[in-house]
Order: sequence, then structure tokens, then C-alpha cells
Amino acid sequence: MSLPSAAAQALAEFEVLQGWEARARLLIQWGERLEPLSEAEKTEANRVHGCESQVWLVAHAHGGTWHFRATSDARLLRGLLALLLVRVNGADSAQLAQLDVAGWFQALGLGRQLSPSRSNGLNAVLKRMAQLSAR
Amino acid sequence: MFHASPWRADFPAIAALQRQRQTYLDNAATSQKPQAMIDALAHYYSHGAANVHRAQHLPGALATQAFEASREKIAQWLNAPGPNQILLSHGATSAFNLLAYGLEARLNAGEQIAVSALEHHANLLPWQQLAQRKGLELVVLPLTAAGHVDLDQAREMIGPRTRLLAVSQLSNVLGTLQPLAALLALAREQGALTVVDGAQGAVHGRQDVQALGCDFYVLSGHKLYAPEGVGVIYGRGEALGQLSHWQFGGEMVHQADYHRATFQPAPLGFEAGTPAIGAVLGLGAALDYLGALDTAAVLAHEAALHAQLLRGLRDREGVVLLGEPEQALASFNVAGVHPADLAQLLSEQGVAVRAGHHCTMPLIKRLGVQGAIRVSLALYNDSSDLQCFFDALDNALGLLR
Repeated sequence: MSLPSAAAQALAEFEVLQGWEARARLLIQWGERLEPLSEAEKTEANRVHGCESQVWLVAHAHGGTWHFRATSDARLLRGLLALLLVRVNGADSAQLAQLDVAGWFQALGLGRQLSPSRSNGLNAVLKRMAQLSAR
Repeated sequence: MFHASPWRADFPAIAALQRQRQTYLDNAATSQKPQAMIDALAHYYSHGAANVHRAQHLPGALATQAFEASREKIAQWLNAPGPNQILLSHGATSAFNLLAYGLEARLNAGEQIAVSALEHHANLLPWQQLAQRKGLELVVLPLTAAGHVDLDQAREMIGPRTRLLAVSQLSNVLGTLQPLAALLALAREQGALTVVDGAQGAVHGRQDVQALGCDFYVLSGHKLYAPEGVGVIYGRGEALGQLSHWQFGGEMVHQADYHRATFQPAPLGFEAGTPAIGAVLGLGAALDYLGALDTAAVLAHEAALHAQLLRGLRDREGVVLLGEPEQALASFNVAGVHPADLAQLLSEQGVAVRAGHHCTMPLIKRLGVQGAIRVSLALYNDSSDLQCFFDALDNALGLLR
């Protein structure tokens, strides 16, 4: 599966960045572009637990490919979610299962955000995605 | 004003962390270790480890002697009447579990256990679960806005059905010193047992368990500049006598048959299995180190830094402190900023502080916040650490607001 165009754009924007400040700024901008979730979708059933902040994840399957939407009340996590979604959306279940998410964040210069001691919730979101798409 | 710590160089990890551009301000979670303690650990493991209280051989005798000498030092440090009133557990959490299981047989359905609303999970969940097992009522003593147990309400709530009071000395979230003298007196009037969680309190200044007048006092080794794996329970003589044996196994037994056994009294009867010998010796060495310092100077330094921390936080627009911190630490939020965002940007800048619920989920919910950032100090911190923190905080808020 080749890189979706939005993901290619993210990679181009992030890989040239130097320093935490520039990365944080861009992360916040990406978070603002996240496709919104309605209040009605922010239900307990859609909530991903195991995060310091509140996170909701909704999945839809269109003709065999997955389309996820997600949001959080924390801005940096919204940015991370946006970068995750541009990479995974449009994949089918088999492609999702094989996707190297750690490698993707590594390429963006955000590899540390997935380390086990991080409680930002990205790992919990990945786990939930895997459960939803395996059904 | 710059407050330098004359003890900073005694802790080799501070320089190592500095080389990694890390400022360590998460001391309420765990502490860095003094070289003297590290040397004692290395000495024990490089001169012959042996199990304690078992063997006839020389290494065993030496290890036992050193182990019991540590118990003696702990007793002296806390001004306990003697070393037999010091039980060594595998940490503060296991100490509270030992107490909750050890006292279970003394409590009957319908009776009450009182805890404060600010307890760490370690001093809440063992009592909550005990209450569920035995059909007891868990009474939660409310707090004042400043973050102290509300004594007026406590007076109403601690009554003839109260059989046990478990309360913290120094809150790990609010940094408030609890009115122990008054609370313990209320419990004593009702003939209730008292348990004091000294995990945070014991780290700041000397404690005198006899003057405090509690039945049990618990502390954690790793927060007190010693290794992980050792906790301490001081027990008043009569109170220790009320504990039933809890964990069973090696060396806590007096006589054993296939179908019955009799057990040792305190302390050994409550120390089943091989203890964390190295960690216990390390705790003894940490107390030797601390005992040689000028306690008044340490407390004055910590108080000056704490005042500087509070001043810096209160000077910044939008910062909201949790309660009114009095010692060692402060937790805060910034209006309009998610604590998780702030925590992430502080860690990006090499400032090690804690964010989240601090193992006090019920308290965080009751305070109506999503979490908080906690800055906690130790004797080796200095004003440069606070400056790093405030610079990072200002940078982070510049981005997030």
C-alpha cells in the first residue's frame, strides 16, 4: 500500500522540522484540522480508556476499507491522532494489521510518543483500532 | 534569590541527569540516591551476600547482624521504643495490605473505617476492599478548601462505630500537612486504631512516632533516598499484638507440621520469605547519611525552595494551585490548558514532573479537575532546577495559549 497523499504531505512537513517547539506548533495545527466528531458521537462506548486525556474513536467500513475519526480534549494528542488517521484511513483490515505505525511516527520524528511509558493514549487508540478492525 | 543545595554533589545521579539535560522534580514519586547508600549496597553485594535469620555460617551471621542493625537504625530514626516494633515489608503498599489483612479479624460487620478524601490509592484501596470483604462501612472524611481534613466534620463522623482511622501525614497531591494530633485524638477517644501514611511525610524532617501517638506508622524506603523493595511499619506495642499473621512461609514460622503451625511474634512473624536484604541495608545507610546532616538546615533549604516554587507559580497568570501547599510539593493546572498537553511539552524540554491523577483518582474527581501537574522537591534540588522548570513552563504556555 503506497502512502496516502495526506500522509505524504504530513511526512514532507514533519521530516524537515528541527526541535521540539516547531514540532509542537505543527502538531497543534494538524490537530485543528481533525475531522470533527459530533457531541452525540462522544459516547462512553466510543471512548478509549487508558489515556490521561479523554479520547473518542469512531470507525466506519466503506467497501472493505476503513475510515476512522477521532478526537481528544488534549491538543497535542489531537495532532497525533490526525497524523495517525491520515496514515491508516483507506486501508483494509489486512493492510491495517500489517501497518508499521511505530515506523510511521518514527519517520515523522515523533517516535518517542509511542514509548511504553507514555500515557498520552496513542497506544490505547492503536489497540482499540485493532479490535474494531478485526471484527 | 538563589538557593544552592550543599548536598547536591552527594547524589551522583543529579550530575548524570544534567548531562542528559533532565531536571528531576518528581521526588514525591521516587528519589535519587546518595553515594553513601550506593556504596553500602555495592559493599554488601561485593563482600558476600547471605540469607538472614537462617544459616549458621559466617556470611549469614554478618548479613543478619547488618540487617538487624538497619532495623535498629530505623527504630532510632522514628524514635520507636525498640527494634521489635519495626516490621519490614516490601514497600509501603504491601505495608498497608499487611495491616488491612492483619487487622481483618478484629473488625466486624457494621463497624466503620475512616479515611480522608485525599488518601493515595495505597492507603485507600486496602481499606476499601477490607470493608467490602467484612461488610464494614468506609467513612470518607471531607477536606477544607485549603486541603486539610475538615476537623468539624471529622468530629461528627468519627464515632463509636469507628474502629480504625487511616490518614496521610503529608498529601502527595496537595502538599498539605494533616492535623494529625487532633484526628488521632478523635480516634483514640473512640478506642479506634490509628494508621498514619508517612510515605511523603517521613521524607521531610525527623518523625517521632511516640510523640505522634499513632498505633501504626508506614513509610516507603525508595522515597527516603533508599532502594525500592522496602517499606516500614512501626507498630505501638499493644497495636502490634492485635495483628494476625498474614503472609505465610519461610522464617515466620515457629513450629510447623503438615496440618498445623505456630508462628513467630512481631517482627519476624510478619516478614515471611526472604526480605529485600540489600534494600534494608541500603535504608540503614540512607538513614546514616541523613542522620549526619543538619536536619534544621535541610528543612530550611526545602522550605525556601518550596516558597520559591509557590511564588513562581502564583506569579503566573492562569495558574491554579490545588489546595494551599505547605511542604515539599505543589500541584497545579493552568486555565484553558489541558494538563496532558502541558505535561508533554514540559517533558519535551527535559523537565521531569508528574502529570495525571497521582494515584488519587477519587480526590482528582472530587476536586473537579482532569488531572494536575505536580512539582515535588528533594534536598538536592536548588533554584536552578526551579528556573529550568519555570522557563519550560513559560515556553509551553507560550505555545499552548
